[in-house]
Amino acid sequence: MTCSRRDFLKEAVGTTAAAVLPSAAFVLLSTDEARAAVANSKVRYAFLIDTNKCVGCGMCVRACKNENEVPYDAPVTRNWVERYIFTKDGKIHIDSPKGGRDGFTDNNMYGEEIDPDDIAKAFFVPKGCNHCDNPPCVQVCPVGATYQTNEGVVLVDRDWCMGCAYCIMACPFGARYFHPVHKVADKCTFCYHRLNKGLAPACVQSCAFGARRFANLRDPDDPVTKIITTQRVAVLKDLYGTKPHAFYLGLDHDVR
Amino acid sequence: MSEDIIVHGVEWTVKQLFVYPNEYIYWSIQIVMYPYMTGLVAGAFVLSSLYHVFGQKDLKDIAQFSLVFSLALLPVAMVPLLLHLQQPARALEPLLTPHFTSAIAAFGIVITVYGLIVMAEIWFVYREYFVAQVHLLKNQAGLLSALRRTVYGALTIGATDVSDAAIRVDHKAAKILAAVGIPTACFLHGYAGFIFGSVKANALWMSPLMPVIFIMSAVVSGIALCMLTYIIIKEWQAFWRKRRGSAFEASEIKGAEKDVITKSTKFLLTFLIVAISLEVLDLIFRGYTAMKSWDILRSVMYGKDFINIFILQYTLGNLVPVALLLLPGRTLRRTSVALLLILFGVFMMRWNVVIGGQAFSLSFSGYMHYEIPVIPHSLNTFKEGVFGALSVMALPFIIFWVLNKFVPSLGREIKGSK
Amino acid sequence: MKWHILHPLWVGLGVVGLIILAGRFLVPDDFGVHGRNFTYGYHRLSSLQDWKDFPVKYQGRDSCIECHEENVRLNSASPHAAIQCENCHGPAVNHADSVQSPSVGIQSPSVGNQSSSVGIQPLSVDTSRELCLRCHAYLGYPNSNRGAMPSIVDRTHRRRRECSNCHNPHDPGEESE
Repeated sequence: MTCSRRDFLKEAVGTTAAAVLPSAAFVLLSTDEARAAVANSKVRYAFLIDTNKCVGCGMCVRACKNENEVPYDAPVTRNWVERYIFTKDGKIHIDSPKGGRDGFTDNNMYGEEIDPDDIAKAFFVPKGCNHCDNPPCVQVCPVGATYQTNEGVVLVDRDWCMGCAYCIMACPFGARYFHPVHKVADKCTFCYHRLNKGLAPACVQSCAFGARRFANLRDPDDPVTKIITTQRVAVLKDLYGTKPHAFYLGLDHDVR
Repeated sequence: MSEDIIVHGVEWTVKQLFVYPNEYIYWSIQIVMYPYMTGLVAGAFVLSSLYHVFGQKDLKDIAQFSLVFSLALLPVAMVPLLLHLQQPARALEPLLTPHFTSAIAAFGIVITVYGLIVMAEIWFVYREYFVAQVHLLKNQAGLLSALRRTVYGALTIGATDVSDAAIRVDHKAAKILAAVGIPTACFLHGYAGFIFGSVKANALWMSPLMPVIFIMSAVVSGIALCMLTYIIIKEWQAFWRKRRGSAFEASEIKGAEKDVITKSTKFLLTFLIVAISLEVLDLIFRGYTAMKSWDILRSVMYGKDFINIFILQYTLGNLVPVALLLLPGRTLRRTSVALLLILFGVFMMRWNVVIGGQAFSLSFSGYMHYEIPVIPHSLNTFKEGVFGALSVMALPFIIFWVLNKFVPSLGREIKGSK
Repeated sequence: MKWHILHPLWVGLGVVGLIILAGRFLVPDDFGVHGRNFTYGYHRLSSLQDWKDFPVKYQGRDSCIECHEENVRLNSASPHAAIQCENCHGPAVNHADSVQSPSVGIQSPSVGNQSSSVGIQPLSVDTSRELCLRCHAYLGYPNSNRGAMPSIVDRTHRRRRECSNCHNPHDPGEESE
C-alpha cells in the first residue's frame, strides 16, 4: 500500500494543528454573556485629577506606598507627581524626584536652581495607572497574569506573572514596574481592596486639596462623574488609543 | 532592609533629565541575545533548506552542518529568556496558558513546533546512520559502546528498516520537513520582530517593518555563522590532516569547499542588502513624517548612539563586509573577516533596537544610559551582564560538540543527502 | 507506504501531550476567560479575591475621632481640616483596635513609612520641617494652587527649629504651647 505525499502531508499537518491548540482549561462565556457582563456592569471606576489644585505635597505618593506595601525607599512607585516649570526663556523643566514622594521643597532641578523670577508658569501633574479601556499591557501579557475586572480595574496576578516585563514595556504611561520584593510586575490597583470595602483609594483619601478624586462612571449621581461628564476633561497620550480612564482638568498641552 | 531590595534595572540604568520614575532598562543584554540566537537558528535552518528543498547542490557540505548546528542553537535560544525572567520557574506558562494576543505566547508555540520539525528532519536524515551504528556497535565490548548502542537504538525509535524504499521515503520526508520548516523559521523570527514592532508605546520599535527586518537580518546572521563555523572547522581539520601527513588521501585535505562558500556568499549578500534597504527605509520614513517622537529619536540616533548605529552597525557591520565580499580576488581569509563583521553587525542591529529603544524616556524628555554590568557582584548582574551574554554565546558550540558525537555532520560520512 | 515515517510524529504528539498533561496539573482550575473577552479577561479568577483580601492600612479620619476627639475637633475648624490625620501620623492600620491604654508614650518622631508589620505601637508624631515644607516651602509658582499657599523660604525662616515649636500643626492659626 502506498501513501501519497498528499495524504501524508494532510495527516501530519492536521494532527499537528490539532495538537498545538491551547491546552488551557478554557472557561468561555458566550459572546452575549461577555458583552452583558461589561455593559450591565454597574460600576466603572475612573480617576479625576485636577492639576489646578495639586500643590505637589506628595502625600498621595507616600500614602500609596504605605497602603500598598511598595518598599518606601525603592525607586519605584505606583503613582507619582510630576513638576513642570516653564521659564521665561521658553524652556520646559520637568522633574519628579523620587516620584514626588517627599514633596517638592525647592526649585533645584538636576542640580540647577531655578529662580522664581524666571518662571512663566509652573504646575504639578499627579499620575498613576490610567486603567485604560483598551489596556495594551493586558493585551501583551503572554500568560494571562494581568487582566481587567468588570469594574475596569487592571490587576496583576502575583502568583502567575513570570516577570518577562512585556507589560512594563507596553505601557505608554510608565505605570508599571517590577516589585522588588515579589519579583513580579506591579502597578496601581485602584486600591481594589479598599473599593471593595467602600473606601476611597489611598491617594484620593490623602489628597487634602481634592486634586485626586475618583468616580464610578456608571453612577449618574456620583458628583465626580458629573464633573467628568459636564466639564472639559482631557486624558494623557490619547493618540495611542488605549482609552485611559484617568481624566484631567487643567492638562497643559506640554504635559508628557 | 533597603540594602537588600534591589529594583530590577536600577543597577545598570543611568537616567538623564526627565524620565518617568518607573522607567529602567528592563530589557537588557539577554533580550538582545534572545533575538540574536533565534535569528541564528532561523538562518542556519534556511541555509540547510536551500540545499534540501531548492536543490542547491553546491551547498551539500554546509547544509548538513547547518541543520545540526540549527538544532544546537535551538535550546540556546531559550536560555536568555530563562536568565531574564524574574520568575524563571514559571517559564513553561506560555505553553500552559498561552494568551494569544501576545506575540510572546504565540512565539512559545511556534518555537516548540519548529523544534519538533528540526528534530524530525534530522532524524530522517540520520536514521540510516543510527541503524548502521547500532549494527556496528553490536559486536563491540565495553560500557561506552553499550551506552552508545542504547542511545542509537533509542534514536531509531523502532524504525530499523533501511531498505532502498525506506531510505527514499526518508529523503522525501526530510525534504517536506525542510520545506515546512522554512515558513516556520520565518514565523519564528518574524514573531521576534513582531514582539518589538507591535509595542506602540515605544517610538523606536513601533513599525510594521520590524518583523521583516528581523527575519532578513536573522537569515543573514544564520548563514554567516554557519559559513564561518564551517570554514573554521574545515580549515582546522585540513590543517591537522596535513600535519599528520600521508595517512589521508590528497582529495580529503580540501578544507572549505570553494563552491560552497561562493554560493552561500551570494545568498548572504542578497539577504544582507534587503535587510539594509529595509532599515534605511524605516529611518527615512521616520525622518520624513517627523512624528512627535522624532525629536528625541533623532537626538538619540545622531547623538549618543551615532557610533553604535552608523559606525558599528551600518559601516563596520554592513558596508565593509559587503565591500569585502564583492571586491575581486576574494580569499578565504577575507571572507572570514567579512563574516565576522556581519555577525557583529547583526548583533549591533539587535542591540540598537533593544537598547536603543530604551535609550530615551517615554516622556520624550529624558534619556537612559545602559551601563552593562561587567564584573558580576550578584546573580542578577551575572545573568544580565557581559558574562551572562558570553555564556549564552559559547553554549551552542558546546552543545554542537556533544550533538556532533551522535549526529556527525562534518566528516566524510555525510548521510541522508541525495 | 513506509509507516516508520510517522514515528517522529508520534514523538511530537507525545511532547504536546505531555505539555497538555502538565497543564492539567499546573494550571489552576479557575483559569480562563472571565468577563469581557479573551484579550482583556484571561486570568485566574481567584486572583480577584486575593486582591480583595489585601489588608487595609489607612483607616481615615473617622476612626480617629473616637479617642482623639479634641485634636480632631480642633483640626476640623482650622485651615488644616482637609488634611487626613494619617497623612502626618502614618497609617493607622489596627492602631484603633490594638492600643489598650491611652497613656502609652509617644514614639520619637520618624519620617516616612511604617513597616507593614505595624499594628500595635502608637502612631508616630513627625515634627520635622520636611513634613511641613511639602506644602509650605516657597516655590514662587504663579497661577498655581501652590502659589496660593502660605509659604516660607526655608533657608531664612527660623532655621534649626521645628515648625511645631511655634505653630500648632492641628490648628496652624493657633499659637503653639
